Amino acid sequence: MKEIVRNYQSDIYGIFSSVGERMLYQVKFSGFTLILIFNTFLQLRYAFSKRREIIKQMYVSGVKSMMVCSIVALFGGMILSLHSGVELKKWGQQDVVPILMINVMNKEMGSFLTAIILTAFSGAAMAAEIGTMKVSEEIDALEMMSINPVKYLVMPRIVSMMIMLPTLSIYTIVLGVFGGAVVSYFQLGLTFEDYYHRVYESIWLKDMYVGLLKSLVFAVIISSISCANGLMAQNGALGVGRATRISVVSSYLMVLIIGYFITSLFYGGFM
Amino acid sequence: MIEVRNISKRFGKVVVLDNVSLTIENGETFVIIGQSGAGKTTILRHIAGFFDPDQGDVLIDGMKMNGAGSGKKRMLREKMGFLFQSGALINWLNVKENVALPLVEHKLGTKDEIDKIVDEKLSLLQLDDAAEKMPSDISGGMKKRVGLARAIVRNPEIILYDEPTSGLDPVMSARIDELILRMQRELGVTSVVVTHDMDSAYRIADRIAMLYQGRIIECGTPEQIRESINPYVRQFVEGKLTGPIEV
Repeated sequence: MKEIVRNYQSDIYGIFSSVGERMLYQVKFSGFTLILIFNTFLQLRYAFSKRREIIKQMYVSGVKSMMVCSIVALFGGMILSLHSGVELKKWGQQDVVPILMINVMNKEMGSFLTAIILTAFSGAAMAAEIGTMKVSEEIDALEMMSINPVKYLVMPRIVSMMIMLPTLSIYTIVLGVFGGAVVSYFQLGLTFEDYYHRVYESIWLKDMYVGLLKSLVFAVIISSISCANGLMAQNGALGVGRATRISVVSSYLMVLIIGYFITSLFYGGFM
Repeated sequence: MIEVRNISKRFGKVVVLDNVSLTIENGETFVIIGQSGAGKTTILRHIAGFFDPDQGDVLIDGMKMNGAGSGKKRMLREKMGFLFQSGALINWLNVKENVALPLVEHKLGTKDEIDKIVDEKLSLLQLDDAAEKMPSDISGGMKKRVGLARAIVRNPEIILYDEPTSGLDPVMSARIDELILRMQRELGVTSVVVTHDMDSAYRIADRIAMLYQGRIIECGTPEQIRESINPYVRQFVEGKLTGPIEV
């Protein structure tokens, strides 16, 4: 009997210990990421001298992901307008589709879709690249040369993401709305002229700046979480894989959560 | 001068260093030997300021490395070069760019001046032909030489070597040893070398210390180590399977 009680005690201790360890790691990681963001903003004064690296990163994270962005935006827009259009057509309200498309893309889907694509495309690459450098002692080598890894590696990546994510968001919005136009023309009987006229009338400045603000915040979230995971990687290839996986999952979750709060802040009550 | 005073370090429940003290004189080549996992690299990382000891101090020319702020650490590290086990070359820079990196990042000269210094170091390490090659295109031995060229490009007073000959063939090992001796002869640097390659240790060392289970169990000249009566030292240097060291 005593043996069974002791085993239960040991199991309960193990569960609490494991949960506690995970919570402590999360607190440590969150603190590390916030300090990393703060340090990156301090290093922004060197952004001009690091312009070559920033441009290179813009190409890697932005230009190279354009093809994927194009397909997702175009077909995303087509699916959205097809679903809503077919239902609205039953009530003779298919004219609302252009207004719906520009509103949804501008307020939410443009920045959200782009953030999801860049998390998978660039965030994962950042975590893997910096994680590999960490486990192969390259980060230590930089520190030994008195080169600040935040200035040399992190700042150019965060800045490039802050430029490319809003830019690609605009591109995604334009293509998504265009996808909606194609479906509206071929399936819903709207003319291109009518579609664009209604879209133009429904573009609101607030929607645009909230959408761009979201993109900017998402860019900081994705790049800082990815870089932080890379910098905290350990235990060789296994650790790099773990850092990459966690960076993608954490970025997705944070994009959703922070996205909700920004929307709530500008369009509704805070909660 | 490097002074390691009574440092202890524990990772979780494992005691890696237990009250270790060392004094390394200027211009000396000091070799630390011991089994894998004995704590050799941990000592080197304490000297470089990557770890702070749980207790004790590490002093570089009388200045405390442990607990130093980033500015002071940077200043102390400017006196040092570090040859990492894998070379730790930045993989998207070619050999020449890797060697030039500290000079370029700290703007220590014009482009021509930096080129001249880099060419000089590459020539010293017989790497002239590899200047434009990428790290992925060169051998392990070459990577170590490039790492060494980068470590000495700012003419440091101290060079820390982490397993400089591991994974190299005997000829390449002898060549790396010769380079370490040359650094001492021609540049007068203080060297701290971590290795478990006894041939290499005997070739390059002024003094050798053996680390066992986090403690220094013997320290002396190569001759003294070779003739040591300590059974742990004897087993290690002779590479015997039987003895007090648990394998």
